[in-house]
Amino acid sequence: MIPILGLAVGVLLGLFLHPTVPLGLQPYLPIAVVAALDAVFGGFRARLDRIFDAKVFVISFVSNVVVAGLIVFLGDQLGVGAQLSTAVVVVLGIRIFGNAAAIRRHVFRA
Amino acid sequence: MSEDSRDRPVPGAPGEEAGPTEDPAPTGDPAAVEEARPTDGESHEPEPTPDPPRASPPGAGPQRRRRDVMASALIGLLTLLLGFAFAVQVHSADSSTVLAGAREEDLVRILDDLNSREERLRDQISEQRTALEQLTNSDSQSATALQEARRRADAIGILNGTVAAHGPGLRMTVDDPTSAVRVEDLLDAMEELRGAGAETMQIGGVRVGVSTAVTGHPGHLMIDGRPITAPYEFLVIGSPQDMETAMNIPGGVVQRITGLGGSVHIVQVQDVTVDALRPLHTPQYASPKTGN
Repeated sequence: MIPILGLAVGVLLGLFLHPTVPLGLQPYLPIAVVAALDAVFGGFRARLDRIFDAKVFVISFVSNVVVAGLIVFLGDQLGVGAQLSTAVVVVLGIRIFGNAAAIRRHVFRA
Repeated sequence: MSEDSRDRPVPGAPGEEAGPTEDPAPTGDPAAVEEARPTDGESHEPEPTPDPPRASPPGAGPQRRRRDVMASALIGLLTLLLGFAFAVQVHSADSSTVLAGAREEDLVRILDDLNSREERLRDQISEQRTALEQLTNSDSQSATALQEARRRADAIGILNGTVAAHGPGLRMTVDDPTSAVRVEDLLDAMEELRGAGAETMQIGGVRVGVSTAVTGHPGHLMIDGRPITAPYEFLVIGSPQDMETAMNIPGGVVQRITGLGGSVHIVQVQDVTVDALRPLHTPQYASPKTGN
């Protein structure tokens, strides 16, 4: 319940405040969002598996975001930022798909 | 991948750290991590080493509740941040400021695209401009041609007698009380006037053109078949001085007609109007030869 509430409030805040993304953060924000989405999907799946752990969720959320951001940052330093961020998005997307498949199995038994 | 991520946590379920198993993935697999601790959140202890899942001592109740609240708050905060970032990113992705944070190579690509597009548009502009120039040119050319054609038509019309004309010239009145003036005398007068630079003329109200014929006999002279009566009035456009001199030369028109018993009265006029018209004769057999 709390995560859904948090998501809703966050989206509403973002919609109403219209903050501008700082320049230095702009390449990382989409990656961070995708990484966090991955963590959230994983957490949802763990909850359905009845093995949800708040600490694990928080740590995986933060570390997901940090590691994804670090990879992109590293890529930017190496001059392959665009490719690496694509790679990160692809990997995270595949994981989200996997988690979504697990969630689907739980929800629909199929 | 989905099979993998589904199956992997199950063997690792009994309370071991999942870290080593997910090294290949660049970011920790949260599902795997969470499944690696198959306990409910409340039983968790602060020690980094995994605890026996259901080993939490009963005396840790208040502490557990406190941790529960804190975890919930953290989760709420994180998801709130996620929602916020999501909304912000969605909003900024479709705004025009998206370029500001773009990478150098992306910017270079975008710049290239824009450059080639600009080039195409420039080409189009120059094409259109050339077309416009051509159209304007042909327009002005046709306007010039039209003006020229109109000028020629006027000149030919004046020569041919199909348009009225005015200008400096002579009014010459040939009186013929004895009906002695012959066809040749009128022809002589016309030829002399033309030789002196007459551009167009009319005699007794009949326009003289290139094919004008003088017929009849003294007293009943006709020009182009139309009878004229004495006194014959010549209205001539040309250089008044030259034409009067030409009329008055010894043995010329004036002397001859005077010798026949007539009289000639010449007046130089600054603005003679020759307004008798000849019908335009369209050639029946001749047609213009095209080409220069």
